[in-house]
Amino acid sequence: MRGRNRQILIGGLVIVTGIGYLIWAGTQQALVYFYTPSEIQAKEGERMGKRIRLGGLVVEGSLTHAPETLSYAFQLTDGGARIPVRFKGIPPDLFKEGAGAIVEGQMGADGVFDADLIMAKHNEEYRPPSGDRPPPQELYRSLIKGERS
Amino acid sequence: MDRLGVTLGLGAGALVVAGLWMGLVQAPPDAVQGEVQRIMYLHVPSILTAYLAFTVVLVCSIGYLVRGTRGWDRLAHASAEVGVVFTAITLFTGAIWGKPTWGVWWTWDARLTGTAVLFLVYLGYLMLRSVVEDQDRAGRFAAVVGILGFFDMIFTHMAVEWFRTLHQPSSLQRGTIDTALRLPLYVNLLAFVVLYAYFLTRRLRLAALDEAIEARDLGG
Repeated sequence: MRGRNRQILIGGLVIVTGIGYLIWAGTQQALVYFYTPSEIQAKEGERMGKRIRLGGLVVEGSLTHAPETLSYAFQLTDGGARIPVRFKGIPPDLFKEGAGAIVEGQMGADGVFDADLIMAKHNEEYRPPSGDRPPPQELYRSLIKGERS
Repeated sequence: MDRLGVTLGLGAGALVVAGLWMGLVQAPPDAVQGEVQRIMYLHVPSILTAYLAFTVVLVCSIGYLVRGTRGWDRLAHASAEVGVVFTAITLFTGAIWGKPTWGVWWTWDARLTGTAVLFLVYLGYLMLRSVVEDQDRAGRFAAVVGILGFFDMIFTHMAVEWFRTLHQPSSLQRGTIDTALRLPLYVNLLAFVVLYAYFLTRRLRLAALDEAIEARDLGG
């Protein structure tokens, strides 16, 4: 019986460790859901070639679009750094200048982020049409957490 | 049908109709998202009602572990079942809302992952009850899951405040939703809470009948 109990104990430990690792690995990815442009700039070499998410506001006046190739070029900012991004495909309707966006892809060798997916990040404000837009500081604050004032 | 059940059923029906009319017709569209934002009137009341359901599961699970009487366990079981339904509605409406606004049906950010885990934990709670033969044992095991699941609920709710997510923070909590859109939301929330109470009475009645049949079979 002793040996059998030990077997059960070891089996149980393996399963618990396995589940624990899956949860840990999963939350590591989920908790740092995206990097900010400042973080990317600070550690550019480290994340080169790795598949990551980058989130920020689309810089006003930076968005260019070539309709015949479906390619887009724009910059993302968190108020500090700006990272240029290129993308080929169809972005969501809410993707526009001055709005929040999270892109998936990797940092190119030329310092331009190669995105293959654009997600529009809207904020928690709901109001009827017409009315003033909140100031950009408000948008940065609602977009990037952790450094709220 | 008993009087409480009829009253709750009719009340829920009337409130759901009123809430849908307010949300789909009377409320203005959102300035940024347009008409698609109206999914909020289903999405938000569903999850808040699920939170209520799982809070009832927590209280009743503790009650059952302390007192050991069938009533607590029956109420926890019924509430968990209804909560799972409302969580499923939240996940579905969230995906339908996510595609046109975010551009994706699903993504593994902390809020969405937490909600998926919430759904699975309480689904596991129901499965656990069905595989353990002895009712009292099933009740005790399930009560532990019912208490642990509550922590995931808190995590899921706070995820949008604690971590970077694609999902935006709670508009109700931050007071960033215009009155014209907030009032219909409250009416829908009330409708869903009454609907929850109605489902709960039906489920409890079913459980009582189930146990009566079982007792008769054992006795006869």
